[in-house]
Amino acid sequence: MNEAMALTIALPLFGALAAAAWPGRSSVIGILSVLLSGAAVTWLFTLVMTHGEAYQLLGGWQAGLAIALHADFLAAVMLLLTALVALAISVYATCYFRSPRDAARFWPLWLLLLAALNGLFLSADLFNLYVTLELLGLSAVALTALSGKRAAIRAALRYLLVGLLGSLGYLAGVAILYTGFGTLDMQQVGERIAVDPASEIALILMTGGLLLKTALFPLHFWLPAAHSNAPAPVSAALSALVVKAGFYLVLRLWTEVFAEAISPQGAMLIGLLGCAAIIWGSWQALKAERLKLLAAYSTVAQLGYLFVGLMLLFTTPMGQDYELVLGAIMLMALTHGFAKSSLFLAIGVVQQRAGHDRIAELDGTSQRLPATTFAIALAGTALIGLPPSGAFLGKWHLLSASIDAGQWLLVLVMSIGSLLAAAYVFRVLGHAFGNAAFASRPVNMALQEWPALALGLVATLLLGLGSHWIWAFLEISS
Amino acid sequence: MLETSTLYGLLGIVLASLGLHAVILQTDTLRRVLAINILGVGVFLVFIATAYNGPDAAPDPVPHALVLTGIVVAVAATALALALRRRLESSAEDGDDE
Repeated sequence: MNEAMALTIALPLFGALAAAAWPGRSSVIGILSVLLSGAAVTWLFTLVMTHGEAYQLLGGWQAGLAIALHADFLAAVMLLLTALVALAISVYATCYFRSPRDAARFWPLWLLLLAALNGLFLSADLFNLYVTLELLGLSAVALTALSGKRAAIRAALRYLLVGLLGSLGYLAGVAILYTGFGTLDMQQVGERIAVDPASEIALILMTGGLLLKTALFPLHFWLPAAHSNAPAPVSAALSALVVKAGFYLVLRLWTEVFAEAISPQGAMLIGLLGCAAIIWGSWQALKAERLKLLAAYSTVAQLGYLFVGLMLLFTTPMGQDYELVLGAIMLMALTHGFAKSSLFLAIGVVQQRAGHDRIAELDGTSQRLPATTFAIALAGTALIGLPPSGAFLGKWHLLSASIDAGQWLLVLVMSIGSLLAAAYVFRVLGHAFGNAAFASRPVNMALQEWPALALGLVATLLLGLGSHWIWAFLEISS
Repeated sequence: MLETSTLYGLLGIVLASLGLHAVILQTDTLRRVLAINILGVGVFLVFIATAYNGPDAAPDPVPHALVLTGIVVAVAATALALALRRRLESSAEDGDDE
């Protein structure tokens, strides 16, 4: 029917090969591939919005043998997030990696990471998901180590081992499901699933493996070092997109494959871990002395909200509330994706200008880098969940669903989490304002400051004021 | 009498448990890389054992194909882990301690 899905994976993949083959032109090839795959994603997004979903069997093989790609609304939204954030990161990276040697190392891995992400969002088959998970993990680890510093390599090594452990847990679960139900197709497994010990072991192995990759508290121990030691564009991609891929898979598996086998206690456990992540991550972010570490711990906390949403999804009955919570989860994921990438890109500019990212010594940043400080403030607004950001609406719906369900603990935790987020954001802004003289122009490093600003604006204005389409579409498709 | 496939499956579970135990408790990178590999072999062995359809029927080819892919991934990941560890060691010799 259409090649849009295959193109979203093939274009960055060929781009990665071309960038590796012609290292001298890697930046041009990289930007071109990101633009082209972005166009394919836009095409696919309009297809999904008009037809509700897209399905394709690759290579002309019959169902069961062919690699199946499937795009529904959730997948299309995640692809769009990836395409937009990737475009901003790529524009930024053309200036960030100035030496041809650094650029030649960055682009092939970055394009490979994009191909793996797009493949993961579109895969309809449990084993292909394993392959995309591993491709994503390997390229993310290599990107983390890019700077070559000892701390970065050590963090990358730990990231790799944790990622492999997670993937093997996932693979063991796939083996059990295939033995029990004789198929790898997610939809077919979902139809055949039985509530028996084997399915439950598979559920625990797969969820556990993915939680390790998604860094849900207390499995987040590897994240702060990896995300804070990577180069700024890589940190942005890791925090905004790569951890979301793990959550996306958990959401998919729980709602589509294991829906029958999930017990209320299991959902409760995930929700409580999410609560712990919100409090612990926000507290550590408040205590952090370096900006990048603050942003990394803030990711730990923000992931907590997504899992609280997942718990609410399984404790609210199907119907109006269910769509409300699902929409809220998507909006929280989108807002965090834009806001956190904006924050990491802005921190990268501060770090390059000031030579460090120590929060206590940021004095005068707002005068030297007005546009970048504004981007940090915008991203902060979205992280706290102030209106009119997308996270405001997302949190609002999560809170009202918690109140409807009588889950007062969640209300308390989300309120404390928002207060702590306000504290760590204002702490940064407080240090950034000082008595130094203003720079003559607000924007001084255009290609690096505009991407951060644009992402921050999407997170605070566009997603907050224009997010109605998410629920409108969920209502139509249900 | 224990069936052959059950024996292989149990052996796989034992190997996977040993690997998991070591990857959590060991601190040396090289040992952890080895432990991950043993864990992987255990998972692969369980998967292969499920393909057995009795002495008269052909085994299910799908698990074999999947495990083959898994082995390729494991080799690539091990290579990356060893390369990172070498970089870590050589930079220690340079005395670069940032």
